[in-house]
Formats: sequence, structure tokens, C-alpha cells
Amino acid sequence: MSAGAIGQAHPRLEGREKVTGTARYAMEYPVDGVTYGWVVPAAVVRGRITHIDTTEALASPGVLAVVHHGNAPRLATTPGPNLWLLQDPAVHYRGQYVAVVVATTLEAAREGAQLVRIEYDAGPHTTVLTDDHPGLYKPDHVNPAYPTDTAEGDFDAGYAAAQVRVDATYRTPAYHNNPMEPHATTAQWTDGRLLVHDSNQGATSVRATLAELFDVPRESVRVIAEHVGGGFGSKGYAKPAVVLAALAARHVDRPVKLALTRQQIFGPIGYRTPTIQRVRLAADTDGRLTAISHDSISQTSQILEYTESVAVYTRSMYAAPHRRTTHRVTRLDVPTPFWMRAPGECPGAYALESAMDELAVATGIDPVELRIRNDTEIDPDQGAPFTSRNLVACLREGAQRFGWADRNPTPRSRREGRFLIGSGVAGSAYPSQSVPASARITARPDGGFLVQINATDIGTGARTALWLVAADALQVPPERIEIRIGDSELPAAPVAGASMGTSSWSWAVIRAGEALRGKLRDGVPPDAEVSAEVDTSAELNAQARKPKFTYGAQFVEVRVDTTTGEIRLNRMLGVFTAGRIVNPTTARSQLIGGMTMGVSMALHEGGLFDERYGDWVNHDLGTYHITACADVESIEAYWLDERDDELNAAGVKGIGEVGIVGAAAAVANAVYHATGVRIRDLPIQLDKLIGTSALA
Amino acid sequence: MKPFRYHRPADVADAVAVLAAEPQAAYLAGGTNLVDLMKLGVQRPDVLVDVNRLPLDTVEELPDGGLRIGATVRNSHLAAHPTVRRDYPVLTRALLAAASGQLRNMATTGGNLLQRTRCPYFQDTSKACNKRDPGSGCAALHGVNRDLAVLDWSEQCVATNPSDMAVALAVLDAVVEVHDTDGVRDVPLADLYRSPGAHPERETTLARGALITAVRLPALPAARRSTYLKARDRASFAFAAGSVAAVLDLDGDVIRDVRLAYGALAHRPWRAYRAEQELRGHPFSPELVARAADAELAEARPLSENGFKLPLTRSITVRVLSGLAGRAQS
Amino acid sequence: MPGGSENQTTTDERYASRLALTVNDVPRELTLDNRTTLLDTLREHLDLTGAKKGCDHGQCGSCTVLLDGQRVKSCLTLAVTLDGRSVLTVEGLAGPDELSPLQAAFIAHDAFQCGYCTPGQLCSARAMLDEVDQGWPSAVTEDLDAPAELTDAEIRERMAGNLCRCAAYPHIVAAVRETAAVR
Repeated sequence: MSAGAIGQAHPRLEGREKVTGTARYAMEYPVDGVTYGWVVPAAVVRGRITHIDTTEALASPGVLAVVHHGNAPRLATTPGPNLWLLQDPAVHYRGQYVAVVVATTLEAAREGAQLVRIEYDAGPHTTVLTDDHPGLYKPDHVNPAYPTDTAEGDFDAGYAAAQVRVDATYRTPAYHNNPMEPHATTAQWTDGRLLVHDSNQGATSVRATLAELFDVPRESVRVIAEHVGGGFGSKGYAKPAVVLAALAARHVDRPVKLALTRQQIFGPIGYRTPTIQRVRLAADTDGRLTAISHDSISQTSQILEYTESVAVYTRSMYAAPHRRTTHRVTRLDVPTPFWMRAPGECPGAYALESAMDELAVATGIDPVELRIRNDTEIDPDQGAPFTSRNLVACLREGAQRFGWADRNPTPRSRREGRFLIGSGVAGSAYPSQSVPASARITARPDGGFLVQINATDIGTGARTALWLVAADALQVPPERIEIRIGDSELPAAPVAGASMGTSSWSWAVIRAGEALRGKLRDGVPPDAEVSAEVDTSAELNAQARKPKFTYGAQFVEVRVDTTTGEIRLNRMLGVFTAGRIVNPTTARSQLIGGMTMGVSMALHEGGLFDERYGDWVNHDLGTYHITACADVESIEAYWLDERDDELNAAGVKGIGEVGIVGAAAAVANAVYHATGVRIRDLPIQLDKLIGTSALA
Repeated sequence: MKPFRYHRPADVADAVAVLAAEPQAAYLAGGTNLVDLMKLGVQRPDVLVDVNRLPLDTVEELPDGGLRIGATVRNSHLAAHPTVRRDYPVLTRALLAAASGQLRNMATTGGNLLQRTRCPYFQDTSKACNKRDPGSGCAALHGVNRDLAVLDWSEQCVATNPSDMAVALAVLDAVVEVHDTDGVRDVPLADLYRSPGAHPERETTLARGALITAVRLPALPAARRSTYLKARDRASFAFAAGSVAAVLDLDGDVIRDVRLAYGALAHRPWRAYRAEQELRGHPFSPELVARAADAELAEARPLSENGFKLPLTRSITVRVLSGLAGRAQS
Repeated sequence: MPGGSENQTTTDERYASRLALTVNDVPRELTLDNRTTLLDTLREHLDLTGAKKGCDHGQCGSCTVLLDGQRVKSCLTLAVTLDGRSVLTVEGLAGPDELSPLQAAFIAHDAFQCGYCTPGQLCSARAMLDEVDQGWPSAVTEDLDAPAELTDAEIRERMAGNLCRCAAYPHIVAAVRETAAVR
């Protein structure tokens, strides 16, 4: 059935637009009579606005309006408190968007925002997560719908009886998604209809949310997200920028362009919660795990419960008879944390894969071998076999490519000049799910085809991948196909997130292709356009639920400068299994991107919080560092062939998140191997090494 | 950003006259720091006097063997200048360790000297900072202060000077030429910066409205053996966690002359006179260098998060001087 | 865009200036609020939206353009200072319907994902190669007196001012390396 497009490396369809600067992002569509919105953040943590003085702002040249809770159009409450913006005087966290200044120019809007005077009645606040915070509680579930706690066997007894034990607590700070394009929207109301060009990961859900918020029919809202400058989870559903732009546009009755500033996206649009994770592992002297527990503590806001699924990774990764995972969360006077690349699995794997390294040290077993010994064909969580699990193959292939066999396991055993060299490994896994989608394909009389689906390409290569999938589904060369995505007028499709975009969207495209071929005679072009539209809901709902995961093995070599404590990445290598790889070109880029973000997490990133202000102090790219070009000396991603017929129509697994999972642990494990010192709170930076025994 | 008038002066005298007449005027050079701070609302000038087109963009070799660097010479051009590379490699190294290629193409010699601290509280108008808003308090003293001062700070301010270039100029005994309405005068770099004391809002000894027009480097043959080392977590495009500029002149094994200055430790580039004194005239050894660095840091008072700067400073001092002495450090 | 429509009336002439500059070889005359950055001039007044606003504070490199041949951050450059000067943006890197070798290499090596930092990467790389041709050293150049040699370490250091959150860095380095080799 395959025409052979899938699996062939192909450059991005929109490559030319992106390298010539003609690809248009949310703020880049010319609009007549456009105005500019600028957000005003709250300067207190918790309290109420008692007075907003807009006199000076409104007197400033070019300012048209100051939109705030006292004058903003009303919104429906149903989409939730995070989007109930400018509706009441309550302040729930510092930086909350409490007003929007609208002006005829960007310059006037920025200045107007400086001139809005807001008085507050502020109360005491609690903003710092601790392991004994009095507000810690057990939530009903963790993101998105996992059980809060799990237990099999008798962990306490199993742990107590074991020959080898590891008990370690790991801490991760807040991480901020920081896509290169801050959240931005151009909003226009015309005769009660709303058109937004918005930077998001899924226009279908954004349209639904906007319709609900503004109490208009969905058909009256159109959301276009043709090109999106990254999201990494932070644009996973309607976010404040689009709501504020639409509110402001309705208020001033003119089109409004509104982009959040870089500083403004540290918090209110979501971030990865800080975590405190205790992992206990017990094993026999052969390294076979007998007991595993993972207890996670994280934070959420006062207005909405979001509990990061930190320990869920541990439920399915390695087998042991006695197992326990727990999640506790506390409500703080902070913005609501939200998805960031591999929410849950990313911080959770950092802790578990670090603890596995500690167990390897404690048992004297090679850390690759230790993971192989604890592999399992049965998902310990669901008790059912994985549809496919090739973790061991990834570990073996990675070890061979990396040259792991040459490694002296003794820490501090490799010194080159002033550098200590160390290497580390970690496992990696991420669920591979699918959700319903719809797609329409039209055959044209000229022999061409039009594929329409409201998928979103946030840099993943989705547009190109679906085009290749369609070619095989229609059994025609891809060049005969035109594809349209990123518009809520197109058939509804799920968000680009949770590594299920390609699997879900391609399923609909394949079924639409099959349906269309049924309507055509032997591939002969029709006299008039013929379309087929499908929705995969029924087929997906009928599919048995089975454990499905993408797997990987991450290998890292670092050098630590003994004169400065500086840590540099010598090389990193990942091997993954992800079912069929649709487009090797973009798949490799995604995997490398995830791995690099994991390096960034381990060595560079972290919100620095000041409890007195209830705020992060580093909130720009000069003070919150992400990995730069000079930090990435060598990162390679490979994959192994994998065929799994129980996945989805295309036989693919997600690859957007797995690259980051385990990456930070591999780095931390390499730093340990280099220095003999285990740093259990990220990021690992020079101040934690210089002047310590690590470099002596 | 407040609306401002824009003035392109005909000459230096014109520029200085505008600043003298306008209390809220500011000079604009590369803009890499001023425009940034104007967007943040930290600086709100009424008038910008654009000095970019004044004839201050040349590097001249002086008859005595020194160098005169015009105030608007871009950092990238200065770093690449053949004479600087040959005679003052410490300056080239410091310039290249700073910022990014784009920013170095914009930033000027004069502007670099006058850049403001990167203390995060200074850059955020919603938080207390005596430097930005005198009397509001120093939030950094008991706040996020990993990157801030260990030497010569005050209860009012613990900011550091962020410049790499200024650290190199400190070891080169640079002299800053300054114009004001009274004419031109020389200010040794060592006298340019103030300690924060009770008035951290005053960062330099320059009178308001004074314009830096050039920086002179005296002839210093020993500077051919000089370098700059910067430690930072990100491999590039990051301010220093610690840095050192050094010039070393050996007579056989004996240190005939040595000059050391540190970045990231204080409100000014920190010339390590005391360490130099401990070293001068003695046979070179890494142990001696370590003791000298410790002597320099004897008065240091680390804040809650930056005690690491002491071992870091000592360590990079040993490494840099060992390197200049031709001894690979084990 | 024709000359007239790109002008925007500003409210107070004390705070605005008239200037002429060349953008991608096209002479432009504008009257702009003095506060307008080059980046906002391009994006909001000239419909040249290639240069991107990633941070607006010189910390990400997405706004990089060439000013009289040298790479600068357009977000920290006030347009009012540019009277008589010449700007090259990503839209001007090649003729219409053409790709420069660098642009083609970026596509071939998949040196971008979301594409938002890409115009800045391309402008930066283009100017950086010129800097190397002129013999400018970098922070990782061992010998300051030797001719500049474009190793991968040199490319990485010289491109460090352009952040890419998708982390296409290895592919960017490959694309730049390939382009440099055929120059």
C-alpha cells in the first residue's frame, strides 16, 4: 500500500518561506487600522485592586484606552480562572495581567502601560514550595487524568528487606518554556465575528475556548496559526494573549495586535513547576530491583489545580515486585504551572534515572547493564504487555555507538589536562497515544489533491510529515498534493502536544485517503472535485487501551574544568525507538532539540525566586539562560527500526518529548562520574563545584 | 519609553552644551544598554544626544608607543585592531569574551565603560533598588545575589560592574579623556568608578553631562604577555561568574612586574594592587600566586549566594598567571 | 510598498524625525516617532516582518540585520539614528525567487524548526562569514595573530548570540560550515 513517501528524508515544505522571511507569524499579518495592546502586570502577589488611575495613561499621546476589570467586556467563567481576565479586581499572583493599554503605535502602548497607576490592598502570601509546606495535599488526580498514588506489593517491607538501598531526594527549579516567539495575537471583530491570528499549538481548541469566553457560536470565530514560533507546551491551549487581544479589540472596536513581552511570559502563561522528589530503590546484589518508590511534591496556584505527573514515569519504566508512587501538591500564590515539554516524565525521569545511577554505583553494576537487567515486557502499571518495548535495544545500540565499553566506571578516573571527563547514561520513555482527529482530502480534476486538516506545525515538521503520509495514503507522488493546516476553518484536529500530533493527525489523513480512493475510479482524476472527510473518533474509541511508549537511551560525556567548575558538554548521543519514522530529516531535528533542552535543564535553566516579592528575579533571556550554540559541541540522535501494528494507522510513535526525557539525568550522571560528587538539585553550575572536593 | 527629542550634535562642544542645558538628556552611543534600559523604564531621558557620528571612531598610535582609542570605536573593531591584538592582547580577549558578535558591533568604547550593572533588581522597576531609585532599598542584599559583589559593597548596594573591557583597561592603566563645558581633562581609569557607599546611584566620578571622547593606553611592552580569562556557566554570551585580566613580566623566574584585575567582584573593575605587591620581586610559583589572591580577597564579604567567587577567583588567578609564565597548570 | 503609505503621522513633531535610509537596496523615506526601533520600523512600517522580535532586549538575536554590512540587533537600534544608512534584512539576502547559498544550506541541513530565530541566524551567519574573511578573531581563537580559521568551534562561538529554543544548533553549524567551504 505504501507509495514509499514515508521514511524518505524530505526538507520542510515551508523551508523557503522561513529562510526568506516571508513565513508570517501571528503578529505579522497586515491589518488596516490596527492598534497595539500592551499588558500591565500586577505589582503585588495577593490582594485586590482598589483603584486604577488611568488619567496619565489616557493623556499620553496615542493611547486609545486602558482596558481593565472596571470596563472590560464580560467573559464567561466556564473556560476556567486562568482565562477569566480583566473581570474582577482580585490579584492571585504577582505579574497577573490586570490591564491592557491600547494605542495607535507600539511605542505609545508601551509608554501608556508605564503610566497606569494601580493601587492594591495586598495581603500576606506564600510562594515557596517546601517539603513540609502546610498546604500540601493529595489531589484527586494528576495531569491529565492519572491516578494520584499507586501501590503494588508492600514497598516498606520490600525496601527494608533489601540487600542494597538507595534513598535520595532530587530538586528541580521552575523552568520556563521560552519559545522564541512570545505569545502573540492579532484580533479583529467584524459584525460580531472574531478573527484571530494567534500563536498557539492547536487552533481548534482555541476557537472553542474563545467562542465560549465571548459567548458567540464557534462558527463566528476563526483562529489562524499558520506558522508558530515554538510552544513546547506553553501554547497548548488558549492563553491570555489571545483573550486579552480579543477583549481589547472588542473594547476599542478596532483590530488589536498584542504580544506579550519576554519578561511577561515568565509565569502567567505557565511554567514547569519546581519539584522535590524522593526516590527509594531497593535491589539484590545482582542489581535486580525489588522495591521502587517515587514521592513527588510540586506546586499549583490558588486559582487552579494542576498537578505535574512527576512520578508517573516510574510506574512503567522498570519492574519490581514492590512499588509505590505518590503525588502531593500545594496551592501557592503563584501563577498556575502548566505543560512544558514532557510534563511529568521530564522531571520524573531526571530523578529516577539519577537514582538508577546511584544504584549502579551502590551495586557496582554498570549502569547500562543495570537498566537491561530491570527491563520488563509487561507494563508494571497496567499489568499488560507493551505493544512494543525496545529500551534494551536502544541501550545496546547507544552503548556501542558511544563507545561505552571503554569507560572506566570509577569516578574521577579520567583526567585530561585541567579537565575531569565523565560519562553518564539514562533511559528515556514517553507515552505514545492518539486522540480523535478529522481530515478532508479533495481530488481535483487536474490530478492534484488537497489535504485539509487543522493540525499545527510549531516547528515539528507536521506539515511535511502529513504531506508524506497523504502521498502514501493516496498512492501518488507527494508533489501532486497540496496541504493546508493551521486554520480553524479546516477539519477539527487536536493540539500539537503530548507527542500525539502526528499519530492522531496521520490517522485521519490515512482514513480520508482511503475513503477518497474508494470514490475514485482507479486513480483517474475526477471531472469535478471529489472530497472525502473522515473523523477517527469511532475507530479510536473502539481501540483497546494498551501500554504504548516511545523509548530511548541517552549517553552524555562532559568535561569539568577543575580551575573554574565550568561544565561543558563534550558529546551526547541518543538512540530511540519510535515506530515508523515519517520524515528522518525533521525527526532527527526534534530529537536533538529535546535532548538539547534537557542539557539546558541540567546545566543552565532555573527560575530564581525571591519570596519577598513572590516572583522570579530572572525573567529575561539575559538572566534565564538557555543553551546557546557554543554549548552544543556534538549531539547525535539515532533510531532503530521498529514495527508496531497496534499503534495507529501510520504505525508511528511520538517523538516530540522523548528527547528531553532522561537527558538531564544523563548529564548529572556524567558530572558525577567526572567528579565523584552527586549534585541532586538542578541546575548543576560552577558555584556548586568550585571550592568543593569535586575539583580538589 | 517616554517620548524624547533627538539631537545629532555638530561636534563635541555642541553635545556637551546640550547636556549642560537639558537636565534629563542622555548621550546615545551604541544603545545596547541605554535603549534596553529605556524600554524597561529604568532610564527615561527627555533628549537623546546621538554621539555616534562625532569624529571619535579612530584608533591612533601615539608617538610614545601608546594607543588612543576614540570613544565611538566599536568593541568588535577594537578587538580586531592589529595593534591591540599584538600589543594589548588582554584587551582583545576581554572584548571578545563579552556579549555577542552583534552587540560588539554596536557597543562603543565609551559606552562600554558607562554600562550599568546587570543586577536583576536594578533592571526591574517593580522591585527595590537604591541605584535606580535612591532610598527604595537594596533588594539584592538579602535576595538573589549569586552574581553580585563580594568586595567593597555597601548596605545600600551590592551591584557589580558588568564590563569585561574595563577589567582589561584597569590592568593597562588606561586614561579616559573626558569633555565637559570646561574643556577636556584626563581621568585615570582607576579613578573613574566609585564605590557604592551611600550613593550607589552615582557610579562614576564624572560630572553629569561629561562626555568620554577617548581612552588612552600607555605604552606597556609587558602587556604583550597578557590575557583575560572569564568563567561562566554558558560557554558564551553570558556575563562573568568570575574574570581576571593579567599582565606578567618575568625576569627569568622572578616576577619583575605583574598587573591583575578582577571582574564580577565589585562595583568597579577590581585592580588587585595588594596581590600584585605580594608577587612583585618574587620567584614565580603557583603557591605564591594563590597566597597573593587570598591576600587580595582578605577583605571580601561574600553574600548569601556568592561565596564561590573566592575560590573561583583564586583558582583563575593561578591558572592565568601560570599560563602567562609558560607553565601548564596540572 | 510605495513611498507614501509607509509614513505614519506622529502626534508631536518634537518627538518625531524624518529620515531616509536604504533597506534591501530600496531607498525609504519615513517620519517616525523617535522611539521607534529599527526592528519595529521594519515590521510595523515597512511590512518587512522577516526580522523577528524574540526578546526586544538584545538577548536572543532573532532581530539581527546587517547595518552597512555589519550584523546588529535591530531591537536596540533606534531608527532615528540611521539617516543615510543602509540596512539588509533576511528579505534582501537573495534576489526575488532566489535563495542564497546560505539559505539553501539552511533548508538542506534542516537548520531550523519553528523558524522564528531563522532570519536572525541567517543574517548573523552571513555577516559572520564576512568578519572571518576580514580576519577578525573570536573568543576561541587560539592565536590572535594568525589568520582566522573557521573551525566548528569558531562557528559555534561566533553564532552564540543567536538563540534557538528548538536547538537546531548542530544543523546551523553544518549549514554555515558548508556555505563557508564554497565561498
